[in-house]
Amino acid sequence: MPRFAVSGLVTVLAIALLALLAFGVAHQGGENTSIDQSIARGVDPPLPNANLPLPILGASGTQTISALRGKLVVLNVFASWCDPCRAEAPILEQEQRTLLKHNGTVLGVTYLDNSTDSETFVHQEHINYPVVRDVNGNFVRGLGSNGVPETFIIDRQGRVVAVRRYQLAGNWLAQTVNRILGQPA
Amino acid sequence: MRRRLFALASVTALIAAAALPAAALAAGAKASLTDIENDVMCVSCRESLAVAQSPQALAERNYIRTLIGQGLDKAQIEKQLVAQYGTSVLGRPPAHGFNLTVYVLPPALLLVGLGALAVVLPRWRRRARSEDAVAVAPALAPADARRLEDELTRYGG
Repeated sequence: MPRFAVSGLVTVLAIALLALLAFGVAHQGGENTSIDQSIARGVDPPLPNANLPLPILGASGTQTISALRGKLVVLNVFASWCDPCRAEAPILEQEQRTLLKHNGTVLGVTYLDNSTDSETFVHQEHINYPVVRDVNGNFVRGLGSNGVPETFIIDRQGRVVAVRRYQLAGNWLAQTVNRILGQPA
Repeated sequence: MRRRLFALASVTALIAAAALPAAALAAGAKASLTDIENDVMCVSCRESLAVAQSPQALAERNYIRTLIGQGLDKAQIEKQLVAQYGTSVLGRPPAHGFNLTVYVLPPALLLVGLGALAVVLPRWRRRARSEDAVAVAPALAPADARRLEDELTRYGG
């Protein structure tokens, strides 16, 4: 009987450890391409973590993306240490001028960046659109981002309608925004 | 039983003695980039900052240099890093939630293992002794002994 008790205990411990390992691995979060897949299927998904309060860069207080419902939002994930982010900053700043006329905005979200460097970047690149910080990376992880820069276009209903997983170039942003602005609100 | 308890207490004391100096050092340590680099992560590349060379790692290292320049100690710098990059910047995760398993599980498993050994080893030893005793064959009956002697003489002769 004691022999069965010991082997039973060892089995239970082994199963518990395996379950713990499986839980840990499952919560590591691998590559998440669900947004891209949905858009490719023609189904525009709602923006994940839209109600997550994100600290505003250079100011006190927080901002949720859901609070921007009704506006067309170009959400740009960037970091000061990222050279392609610096290269695309003028494109975003130019688009901000267009969006302001159509009840829209660019919104910068910093990715794994300290606020001092982010503020310097914003100053150096003459960025006038609002910027929020994703301190733990939880918001950005929900977008399936593994690097920067990445740009998401969110329509007035809060759905992600277009994604660019790398540096903006050419007219992609302007053309995509114009196409969405042409749609009925 | 008392000996077993003493052995368990000794092992526990040894583990605590090994852990205490590290904790004491971490508490009052003067900040140095090398020391901090070994204890924090490059958050974008998910490897130790001591070996990471990505642009984010370079920015993080510069930020630490700035904080050292401001006269902050190691604990204060780690707190600042958590405020800027989140808890994933720490090489050793904070002891709450699922992360608690990192701190609780290894000593718990060690104690369970030691406890199991403390129970099982004496039992194995007792069993081994009793099997040795069984292995010594009982003395032959006089008739069998005589027959064996005869057989040996016949084949040996």
